[in-house]
Amino acid sequence: MSRVVEDLLRECAPRVLGALARRCGDFALAEDAVQEALLSAHRHWPVDGVPDDPRAWLVRVAARKATDLVRGEIARRRREDAVFREPPPGEAADRDDTLLLLFLCCHPDLTPASAIALTLRAVGGLTTAEIARAFLVPEATMAQRISRAKQKLRGAEFAVPGPDERAARLRTVLHVLYLVFNEGYTSSTGGSLHRVELSGEAIRLTRAVHARLPSDGEVAGLLALMLLTDARRPARTAPDGSIVPLAEQDRSTWDRALIAEGADLITAAVERGPIGEYQLQAAIAALHDDAARAEDTDWPQILGMYTFLERITDNPVVTLNRAVAVAMVHGPAAGLALVDTLDDRLPGHHRLDAVRAHLHEMAGDASRAAAHYRAAAARTTSLPEQRYLMAKARRST
Amino acid sequence: MAKFLLLMNYGTTATCDTPMDRWAPEDVAAHIGYQQRLGEELARNGELVDAQGLSGPELAATVVFTGVGAPVVTDGPFPESKELLAGYWLVDATRERALEIAARASAAPGPDGVPLGQPIEVRELMSAPAASDL
Repeated sequence: MSRVVEDLLRECAPRVLGALARRCGDFALAEDAVQEALLSAHRHWPVDGVPDDPRAWLVRVAARKATDLVRGEIARRRREDAVFREPPPGEAADRDDTLLLLFLCCHPDLTPASAIALTLRAVGGLTTAEIARAFLVPEATMAQRISRAKQKLRGAEFAVPGPDERAARLRTVLHVLYLVFNEGYTSSTGGSLHRVELSGEAIRLTRAVHARLPSDGEVAGLLALMLLTDARRPARTAPDGSIVPLAEQDRSTWDRALIAEGADLITAAVERGPIGEYQLQAAIAALHDDAARAEDTDWPQILGMYTFLERITDNPVVTLNRAVAVAMVHGPAAGLALVDTLDDRLPGHHRLDAVRAHLHEMAGDASRAAAHYRAAAARTTSLPEQRYLMAKARRST
Repeated sequence: MAKFLLLMNYGTTATCDTPMDRWAPEDVAAHIGYQQRLGEELARNGELVDAQGLSGPELAATVVFTGVGAPVVTDGPFPESKELLAGYWLVDATRERALEIAARASAAPGPDGVPLGQPIEVRELMSAPAASDL
């Protein structure tokens, strides 16, 4: 199967699924039918050539498969009528089903884990096996998760949510895409040979949303954040898989094209306003990416961004990040004082110790730094991070 | 998503100091049935990665490499069998949910249907760091 056909199929899949789901009003049935149609295309296109209108071909075949599936279930005869029913008149071919599908898959009734799995399957066009591998769980586990999610959505209205609900749903969509990106970005160390490239997938889907909602600042912000973060991937790990912190990364290996694209996106979005949290995070990432050397980083401006971000999110992790910026601008003692205010809100969190260690190190207090590095190492659940923190502890003493 | 290993040991609990091989057969069946249903529920939820019960302490052995000669193998049964692992669940869930599942596992019935209250150790698997942490 050539790469071209494969890409074409994945591009078409969500729209075909959308068209089918709307026509027969049954998401699970539509999904099964589309899978069969895709299999059929896999078999026929490389031999017979790609049809002139691939999407129409897929819709036609999928509709036929859906009919077959319904016929197979004698007890559910009445569904047959629904499948045979012609689409309502005036249905435009360019109606956007990708967005509709995303709104459906990122339904607030689903847990994030289910929404992620369903989104990757239905909108991303990944196989269950691929998604299972990406999350390192058995295929049966992922298959159950997806089928539970579909069951839960049975009867959910397949339509664009109303204006009130739309903003909230879009936020859920963006959050799910952000989680997919993070999962991919963090699993970049080792063992990833056969794993689907999840961060690439998240970027592809976020691009699709951005193409449909070009004037939404938060969509642009999230896309920019992903691009600006992904740009640093080549420098993020050493050849042995260990973590390289931002300040020590070889900035010449950062992907300049991604940085330029992300920076343009975020600049345009911020100018349009209103500002949201993804835009602020992207703006911070852009400021980091903009510094040729770590010591050139524009910390006063980053501090301003974190202060703003803290005000709109009220997230203690943001405050912790602000503490680092405060230390860079006003010195480690000021940063440590801010960290002290977080003990109640992030109790026992390893990042609290890691930041304290870093700030004590800045202040030249090696023994305190070592103690906090050790405490952070004991608390983290990340193996590469633990190795990094232990190494820092050893170097501090 | 994080993965958690839920570990159950042998040993006496507050409600039961009779080893399982001396329970009434129907109590054993009720206990196993409870664990199986829990396993099925986790599988249905798409939370179960793996779950296994281990064979008894009689078949256990410990091996120590001493640095001199052949490794030392000690065969069971061991006097301190309560420190031995009886079985585990590996689940893909949030921490909150993992604790909830552990509570369910701990409530498995013992003799006369009284919940055993077996301590369940909950351990998070090491993973890669979150992007936001760096």
